[in-house]
Amino acid sequence: MANNAMTSHDGAHDAHDDHEHHDANGLKVFGFWLYLLSDCILFSMLFAAYVVLSQAYAGGPTGAEIFELDFVLVETALLLASSFTYGLAMLGMNRGDSSAVIKWLMITFVCGAGFIAMEIYEFHHLIVNDMGPDRSAFLSAFFALVGTHGLHVTVGLIWMALLIIQVKQKGLTEAHRGRLMMLSLFWHFLDVIWICVFTVVYLTGVML
Amino acid sequence: MLGKLTLEAIPYHEPIIVIVLAAVILGGAALAGLITYMRKWTYLWTEWLTSVDHKKIGMMYIIVALVMLLRGFSDAIMMRSQQMLASTGGEGYLPPEHYDQIFTAHGVIMIFFVAMPFVIGLINVVVPLQIGARDVAFPFLNSLSFWLFVVGVILVNISLGLGEFAKTGWLAYPPLSGANYSPGVGVDYWIWSLQISGVGTLLTGVNFVATILKMRAPGMSLMKMPVFTWTALCANVLIIAAFPILTATIAMLTLDRYLDFHFFTNDLGGNMMMYVNLIWAWGHPEVYILVLPVFGVFSEVIATFSKKKLFGYTSLVWATIVITILSFVVWLHHFFTMGAGADVNAFFGIATMIISIPTGVKIFNWLFTMYRGRIEMTSPVLWTLGFMVTFTIGGMTGVLLAVPGANYVLHNSLFLIAHFHNVIIGGVVFGAMAGITYWFPKATGFMLCEKWGKRSFWFWIVGFYLAFMPLYILGFMGMTRRLQHVDNPLWVPYLVVAFIGAVLILIGIVCTVIQIVVSIKNRDQLQDTTGDIWGGRTLEWSTTSPAPFYNFAHEPQVKELDEFWEMKERGHEEAAKKPYAPIHMPRNAAAGVIISGFSLIFGFALIWHIWWLAIVGLVGMIASFIVRSFNYDTDYYVSVEEVERVEREGRERRSLPGARTPTDTVVQG
Amino acid sequence: MRKSLMRGALRGLPILAGLLMLSGCDAVLFDPKGPIGESEKSLILTATYLMLVVVIPVIFMTLWFAWRYRDTKQSKATYTPNWAHSTKIEAVVWGIPCLIILALGILTWKSTHELDPRAEIVDGGEPIEVQVIAMDWKWLFIYPEQGIATVNELAMPVDRQVRFHITSETVMNSFFIPRLGSQIYAMAGMENRLHLIGSEVGTYDGISASYSGAGFADMHFKTHVMSEGDFDAWIEKARGSSKVLDDAGYTALNEPSENVAPTFYGQVKPHLYQQIMAPYMDGMELGMSDKQMGDMKMSGKKMDHSAHKMSGDEMSGDDMSGHAEPAMATEE
Repeated sequence: MANNAMTSHDGAHDAHDDHEHHDANGLKVFGFWLYLLSDCILFSMLFAAYVVLSQAYAGGPTGAEIFELDFVLVETALLLASSFTYGLAMLGMNRGDSSAVIKWLMITFVCGAGFIAMEIYEFHHLIVNDMGPDRSAFLSAFFALVGTHGLHVTVGLIWMALLIIQVKQKGLTEAHRGRLMMLSLFWHFLDVIWICVFTVVYLTGVML
Repeated sequence: MLGKLTLEAIPYHEPIIVIVLAAVILGGAALAGLITYMRKWTYLWTEWLTSVDHKKIGMMYIIVALVMLLRGFSDAIMMRSQQMLASTGGEGYLPPEHYDQIFTAHGVIMIFFVAMPFVIGLINVVVPLQIGARDVAFPFLNSLSFWLFVVGVILVNISLGLGEFAKTGWLAYPPLSGANYSPGVGVDYWIWSLQISGVGTLLTGVNFVATILKMRAPGMSLMKMPVFTWTALCANVLIIAAFPILTATIAMLTLDRYLDFHFFTNDLGGNMMMYVNLIWAWGHPEVYILVLPVFGVFSEVIATFSKKKLFGYTSLVWATIVITILSFVVWLHHFFTMGAGADVNAFFGIATMIISIPTGVKIFNWLFTMYRGRIEMTSPVLWTLGFMVTFTIGGMTGVLLAVPGANYVLHNSLFLIAHFHNVIIGGVVFGAMAGITYWFPKATGFMLCEKWGKRSFWFWIVGFYLAFMPLYILGFMGMTRRLQHVDNPLWVPYLVVAFIGAVLILIGIVCTVIQIVVSIKNRDQLQDTTGDIWGGRTLEWSTTSPAPFYNFAHEPQVKELDEFWEMKERGHEEAAKKPYAPIHMPRNAAAGVIISGFSLIFGFALIWHIWWLAIVGLVGMIASFIVRSFNYDTDYYVSVEEVERVEREGRERRSLPGARTPTDTVVQG
Repeated sequence: MRKSLMRGALRGLPILAGLLMLSGCDAVLFDPKGPIGESEKSLILTATYLMLVVVIPVIFMTLWFAWRYRDTKQSKATYTPNWAHSTKIEAVVWGIPCLIILALGILTWKSTHELDPRAEIVDGGEPIEVQVIAMDWKWLFIYPEQGIATVNELAMPVDRQVRFHITSETVMNSFFIPRLGSQIYAMAGMENRLHLIGSEVGTYDGISASYSGAGFADMHFKTHVMSEGDFDAWIEKARGSSKVLDDAGYTALNEPSENVAPTFYGQVKPHLYQQIMAPYMDGMELGMSDKQMGDMKMSGKKMDHSAHKMSGDEMSGDDMSGHAEPAMATEE
């Protein structure tokens, strides 16, 4: 928008002001992309730390000993399904169908909450069996990486709950559409990160 | 109930701290009393603290930076006097317990709470004006960024009177900063002040990249952007790319300290070298986050006051981009002595040297901007000339340090200390001073007093050379950094000279303070009624001084680089004849202050292990975010009548008595 | 204005004077007592001269242009307000620095390989092994071949290289004898190697060059470079000491202490050095805190295990850079 030299002088300002107003969501989504970029770097640091420390068992358990692939596959399926249902919510938004949006967001929420519940179960199981993050550098890196992802998902869930309420209250306003788009980016981003976690941590881990 | 916090945390048995604390408390009380007496609380709250106006936020950044400069500098002069007094085997007046906190605090404060806010403050004030925008992309986020930064400042200052600060050096290398070797709250103050303010900085980065890429005036293509905007763009891209690394690294250290993780511990497989790599993968780009924008400042200053087009705009822009990219492949030069192989060390050494090429090109660009110009010797120009000489020397010693073989003997020596002060004072501080002087009238409507500005410059530059040239020599004499006492009579004269230099810098800082006070007092005589006091080249000078809150009544249309200069050459196309339209502006917001307030509680509680209070802080932050998200009334339209009124007042200002042309004010002194 | 510029020029003088003074022997880096230090000195000088080729003209031009083109009413200097490009100048200002950096780059590549701390010094003679352990806040030197150990005092025969194996029992430190050249970090659980030669008899200061906490300022030692005969006598003197560095002796020494006077140990438990490193290495220990390990590591059983581990190349500096590299690679 900024690069277009406006040739017509008359009315250029009105046109611009309208443009600015309508483009607010575009700007927000762009800014959100930038934020995701930085989040991506944050995760890549955690991945780097995990790779560096992935063999630092310090006499403790190895990945092959603690990872249960079947369990993690169910987690993965839940999260992937939630991405799909979020997509359906967005389709509802594009149709302007706020009840569909709410319905699919709720389903997404349930899937996401299921994922988090499973993760908490996994962490709890490890910690009570003396395989917590204080056991070895490998486990520290594992808990930090997977935990950070889980924390992101939790934030996403809070945000989603909020949006469900807000859409219920005021419908699909311009502001809410923008928020739905951003949460959608966030949610799919977390999915992509999870696929990396699944590959780097769990798949590689059971093979080592 | 209060975690680790007991009355013992107050260092009442340390006379120096008690005096400082008393002064701070009395000063604060006096200030609060004055504000109350003048009934200015409401004004302060509605016009400043909750403001989302980028100019006001920028000014607040700079005010905080100036205050913290005093704090950071008092650390510096204590270090200089301690090393001087304890240079012949004596213990001086600061025990290691205290001295180690001081050099840590000095580094942290000067980088995070002085240099960063100077640079971010200038970017805030100037960039939207330079690109012809009415505000930043996300004004509320900008306010939040600022207040998160303030939380960092407050935490660092609380550590002075409650507990201790880190005794680890400014980058807190583990295992020294780990729970085993630093069990106190010092490192926790370090962690939470940097973590919270770092999040603020990250949001600033997002905000300004979006602002610069999406909100430029129509016609301003990337290669028509003013150089300062270009450097601001690159610096903010670096923030987005580098600050998450800092966040992640500090988070890992936090987990080590709080939850017994083993990222960087000596035992159980931890790897401290990973920390050193990670922290410098942030730390080196950080240097360029600071220095790139001041390169932009110097470019604007030198072109304006040489009354000449900037030489080699295109190569300057490309040089900036090259530096931005290369800044991510040099971090290992901070620890050549860690034992990496010769290939690795040589690679990073050479990569570092390559950065000096675009940097050198910039210096030549400024030189040839002066060449065949008409240079007005204003104080911004003096700072620029001082920078060009000083920075060149600092660059040379930097390249020397980048040669691994030389680094094996110079690493961690006072030569290194001299080098980075040479580039940070000679670059960032001089640049901040030049930039503040240059844009001060745009932000406030009146100029800074030139006489005191020049005095400040001369004390700074002479003081700088006296303070740091001896440190280069001491480096060659084998003196390493962070020594609480030394016992070598040969070093004494150099330490004395360095101390004298520090005193001169102190006088320079005092001159700046006087300059600000005198200028506020004489603001009527120093008024910039033209809006274009220096004969500027870029869009910020096309609006009134101070700029109206909406910056531009009509959105500028850009045709060329140096658009405002060209506009003047073309003869002003009086835009005022066109009808005004309502202007879309953001409303002020208290949420930034409130969320940051909760984050302060959160950080403070975690430092002292007061878990229930930490939960209060966290829930408070989330709740205030949620409440904010239910507020849909975050913007409004400025009516045409309001715009007309503000613009009329602006025009009236131009005919006020006491209006001066730039040369009048500038030549004298 | 005239006055300020004069002052600017005068400012340069003390710097120059200061640099000249460096040729005196107070500046230990310019008066090295060994070949490594000697190469590093000439490297510093060569690199500086190369850079001065650009730096001096730049400083000169800055002051000269500022003076020549200053704005005065009667200025006769040329004024070209719209001149902003010259391909010739651009070529020069990109070209010359490129050439200088090319030269410096070649110099860097060669010198970095020659000065690699791990590399044995050619013509340095059969190396003497010294194991260096940084502690809070003193240096322990073990001479495994001679079976002695010292604290805060180091001796080496003249003109014969010493191979230092450097590690830490505590936080990071840096082992540095400025007169002899290169320093290198001491880190727990890792070994760095450094080769140095003293080519002139004398006593030189050694320091820690990386801040390590409260007692850091006093963490220095004397290095005696002596004739072969004196060195043997020094070893004998150490052997004469009744102090023994066994597990108990080591535990006592490991207590934090500051400003420690030189101490000699006539006997050292074999493989003590490996035993010190073991608890900090990956995958070695069962879950224990630092403190518990301090108690454990003195048992002989552990020692065999660690000695085995040490026989491999795993703990050489190569391993170290291996550690550091993954973090780097993700960066690029």
